[in-house]
Amino acid sequence: MSLLDVRDLSVVFQRRGERPFNAVDKVSFTVEPGQTVGLVGESGCGKSVTSLAIMGLLPKRGNKVSGEVLFDGADLLKLRPGDMRDRRGRDIGMIFQDPLSSLNPVIPIGVQVAEVLERHQGRDRKQALREARDLLDAVGIPDPQRRLSEYPHQISGGMRQRALIAIALACKPRLLIADEPTTALDVTIQAQILTLLKQLVDESGTALIMITHDLGVVAGLCDTVNVLYGGKVIERARRHELFAHARHPYTHGLLNSVPRLDSPRGERLHAIRGSVADNIPWTEGCAFAPRCDNVVDACLEGPPPLEPTATGGDLRCNNPVSEEVAAR
Amino acid sequence: MTEPTTQAGAPAPRSSKEQASDAGRNRLSDRKKARLDELAQSTAAPGGVSLFRDAFRRLRRNPAAIVGAIIIALFVLVAIFAPLIAPHDPVQRFDALTDQLTPNNIAGPMDGFPLGSDELGRDLLSRLVYGSRQTLFVGVLATLIGLTIGVVLGAIAGAVGGWLDNILMRITDVMLALPALLLAITLVALASKSSQWTVIMAVAIVNVPIFARLLRGSMLAQRESDHVLAARALGVKQRSIVLRHMLPNAMTAVIVQATLTLSVAIIEAASLSFLGLGDPDRDRAEWGAMLGDAGVRYFEVRPELAYYPALAIIVVALGFTLFGEAMREAIDPKNRR
Repeated sequence: MSLLDVRDLSVVFQRRGERPFNAVDKVSFTVEPGQTVGLVGESGCGKSVTSLAIMGLLPKRGNKVSGEVLFDGADLLKLRPGDMRDRRGRDIGMIFQDPLSSLNPVIPIGVQVAEVLERHQGRDRKQALREARDLLDAVGIPDPQRRLSEYPHQISGGMRQRALIAIALACKPRLLIADEPTTALDVTIQAQILTLLKQLVDESGTALIMITHDLGVVAGLCDTVNVLYGGKVIERARRHELFAHARHPYTHGLLNSVPRLDSPRGERLHAIRGSVADNIPWTEGCAFAPRCDNVVDACLEGPPPLEPTATGGDLRCNNPVSEEVAAR
Repeated sequence: MTEPTTQAGAPAPRSSKEQASDAGRNRLSDRKKARLDELAQSTAAPGGVSLFRDAFRRLRRNPAAIVGAIIIALFVLVAIFAPLIAPHDPVQRFDALTDQLTPNNIAGPMDGFPLGSDELGRDLLSRLVYGSRQTLFVGVLATLIGLTIGVVLGAIAGAVGGWLDNILMRITDVMLALPALLLAITLVALASKSSQWTVIMAVAIVNVPIFARLLRGSMLAQRESDHVLAARALGVKQRSIVLRHMLPNAMTAVIVQATLTLSVAIIEAASLSFLGLGDPDRDRAEWGAMLGDAGVRYFEVRPELAYYPALAIIVVALGFTLFGEAMREAIDPKNRR
């Protein structure tokens, strides 16, 4: 059985007097124990909303969540709020994008790490602080004893993100959701944090959902990749398959737009034309059709289905990039 | 000149051109470097400086804050050491002063009584000195009570939201729509027996909606903040999210407001006493009452009876206002250079 089985998860934002907006549209994917799964897409494609829906952290009002989120066979969406709260931090940890704003500015680092241990493992403050020191040590924070009593603004950005990782992994959750954990960091620190994450999930056997718009992160870390567009999964493949031959024109365009060191001087970067604003609703066709180079008539007649590919992935496209072009 | 070493400040540019020994150019680049250094110093958060220590540093550089702090310090010292400072018992009537009391005359300054007599033959200076105690007591207590009630209501409104928030905020809207002094007079008039406590409570209640609104606003902002979301993602209980993660971060604005409210509370309390709605105990020296009782009635005879208490009220209120405004500037992140 999969550790996490997301089935037809939909999130609809609805405000009185306005048209409802389908932020996440029947998204399904699974995460096996110890596996690293990527959710990739551009801003507004629904990747963060998906993670918040799994955690049950969407606001109470203004949205409707449907579908199933089976964690160990139990549907998280049907849990009572109190039971879900017990699971957050204990069974499922989460890391956010901006390490500075994700830490409470008026509480010392040590207490923030200790808090989650006190909450879920019933430790007293003294014991929790001792364990907090070991955790900070494990995520590579130098001089952890001193850091315990320091405030978030006193340590560097990379160390803050390490502290957040320590907090998220404090109770040894079986699933960790990392929502763009490296976006706010500079490139050298990004690499360190990714290496650390990989090492920690490998050691502890924690499954990881990596939410990112950075294909480099995906390449280095993920076993399976789900590409989201307009709230739907449009392509799913194992990492090597995806990078070797992306079939969906959107994924293909994304990979082509990454600057390459070996491209000739003076060559313009590839870009996907148009912007997300050009999307058409999925009910009327493929949302990507207005920006797509491979568009055919069928694309505007209705949403294409998500169909298995020969290489073991899934693809939602009427006219995918041919194998030869994709492999180039 | 040292190079800025902080990460925030870019090192001054040093190309070979600038090192050329052209005097005018050198001066220019020196100035540029000085400006960069200054910039680096102002944007860098030196290690270990907390929000309040940072604010304190900026307070010390602000002359208005220093003037305000000196006034407040003097005022508090006078209030504490009133028995040592005052030359006489503020309640006692002195023969030397009562001898000269007629409907048309009140004794002026004389030996042993530097400011002369009040309307009952008591020493005016001693009464002014003791009046500071009453002003401090009423002002601080009214502010504290108003702050406490306002913080509780604001925290509830901001944390719970929904209909409770709506009801509380509509009530504060109504209270804020009424002029503060008018509301305070109404509240005092409602009490069956007036004492200094009716004044304290009236002034406190008038200031509750200000605190409540302010705190609710920052609580709402905190509720949407990343670190509260992160705390929820860790399964932290609602109660500790409100008390440990939201409230301490939302209190800054309220603390600043409390300093400003102190001056308002002092003026409001004095106004109530001036109108005869304060403490009915005529022995107790109170600036507002001194201004109202004698100051107005004997203004033709001895205007100093009005001038001195009025001056005292104005100076003390000014002190708190100066300090409060300076503190607001110091703490407000938008004013950070």
